[in-house]
Amino acid sequence: MITFKNVSKRYPDGFVALNNVDLAIKSGEMVFLTGHSGAGKSTLLKLLASIERPTSGVIAISGQNIAQLKPAAIPYLRRKIGFVFQDHKLLFDRSVFDNVLLPLQISGFDSKSMATRARAALDKVGLLQKEKSMPIALSGGERQRLCIARAVVHRPAILIADEPTGNLDIAYARDIMTMFNSFNQVGVTVLIATHDASLLENTQHRVLSLKQGRLAA
Amino acid sequence: MISAWLSQHGRALLLTIKQLIHNPITNLCSILVMGIALSLPTGVYILMESMQSLSGQISSAPQMSLFVKTTASRQDIDSIKQRLESDARIVDFQFISKDAALRQLQQDNGLTNIAASLERNPLPDAFIVHTQKDGTAALEQLRAALQNWPEIELVQFDSDWVERLDAILDLGRLIMLMLSTLLSIAIVAIMFNTIRLQILTKRDEIEISKLIGATDSFIQRPFLYFGAIQGLSGGIVAWLIAAFLVDRMNRQLVDLTQLYSTDFQLHFLAITDSLSLLIFSAWLGWLGARISVASHLWQIEPR
Repeated sequence: MITFKNVSKRYPDGFVALNNVDLAIKSGEMVFLTGHSGAGKSTLLKLLASIERPTSGVIAISGQNIAQLKPAAIPYLRRKIGFVFQDHKLLFDRSVFDNVLLPLQISGFDSKSMATRARAALDKVGLLQKEKSMPIALSGGERQRLCIARAVVHRPAILIADEPTGNLDIAYARDIMTMFNSFNQVGVTVLIATHDASLLENTQHRVLSLKQGRLAA
Repeated sequence: MISAWLSQHGRALLLTIKQLIHNPITNLCSILVMGIALSLPTGVYILMESMQSLSGQISSAPQMSLFVKTTASRQDIDSIKQRLESDARIVDFQFISKDAALRQLQQDNGLTNIAASLERNPLPDAFIVHTQKDGTAALEQLRAALQNWPEIELVQFDSDWVERLDAILDLGRLIMLMLSTLLSIAIVAIMFNTIRLQILTKRDEIEISKLIGATDSFIQRPFLYFGAIQGLSGGIVAWLIAAFLVDRMNRQLVDLTQLYSTDFQLHFLAITDSLSLLIFSAWLGWLGARISVASHLWQIEPR
């Protein structure tokens, strides 16, 4: 599903964020990506979303080399991926429901199936009762769940989460991990970047650890 | 596929209308500014068209009067008739003998006394000649040719004021062209700025939309609709202003034209002209938005 071959990313100021990274994530796999801040986690995720391009190497998603993607093709790559952002990136001028609707509008679903899918996604994260609320009225945990609903509403093949349990208490964090597990069980490839050691305890899933831009074994 | 495309456009349109309603006063002001700006060249255009049709009425049947020398004989008159008949440039002509002219003069109210007091008929034989519509230069050429005939005393062709009117109309058209060019640029600039501000306030939305896979055209669409709709509204306002002015001026013109016993009226914009105005104004708004979007959207990239 996702392969990195000799991927390096060096920023214009000379900082090397990723250094010859090789990795392969199979379709339907759930993988944790861990490391200290500055280890290259965010860079790796940005490369996957084509927000940044690697300095060298090949990144393939479903066999497509995204390191050489034309700008016009980037939106279609991003539609295959659901993103859970660390800072949520919600739109505060529209309701919870309309926030979840946005990816569907972007992908061009018809109006009828949009509402059904949006409600289904809100139901999965337990926010159906709040569909008319504004994001400003939501708690931190609810905002995170809204962000997850928006990430999965268009049923992407890949789900990428950046510090999804960042500022949440343990109970909330466990809820959210249960959600990710359930998405993975229906076949979604899940990649979670986190430095939260408690998430990694007792996990059966693969853990990739980045240290100074290199993948540790 | 088509229904998805339609619903995307429908949504963009809906967003635009929401946006317009959301800031009613700001939007009304810019629509008014555009309307007033467009009403100026529209007004000049209406004036030009109305005057054009006035000059068209006159010159649609160019006419000149040939006055025959009083010394001319019957044979001379016949020979003139033959030559006029054989000239392709002349559509038809009418002979008015000096006797007929005198009789008409005598019948004319107010002139009866003067005509009666005449000892002999001072009037010349005359031809009234209708020529083809060949433009003033060709008519002038014909006049000169006729003037050269030996039996002809005078050819009178009152083309002077038609020429003057044409010159005024040319000037008017130039003024209209300059006005519309300048004001169109102004409208594009207004729209450029309006859209720039909108893009700035929607920075987050644009960035997030790009992150979750929005194409450039998806992001641009509401702005382009906004520009086109505001431009169209400006065109409608310009049309209304022009309609109001034409109506007011025509009422005033009735008094004036009665004094001059003509029936000059301002014609209102024809349907095709009205449509052109609306399409052009919508296009101007769209263009301003298009330029603004092209120069600002690329600066907003997710990081």
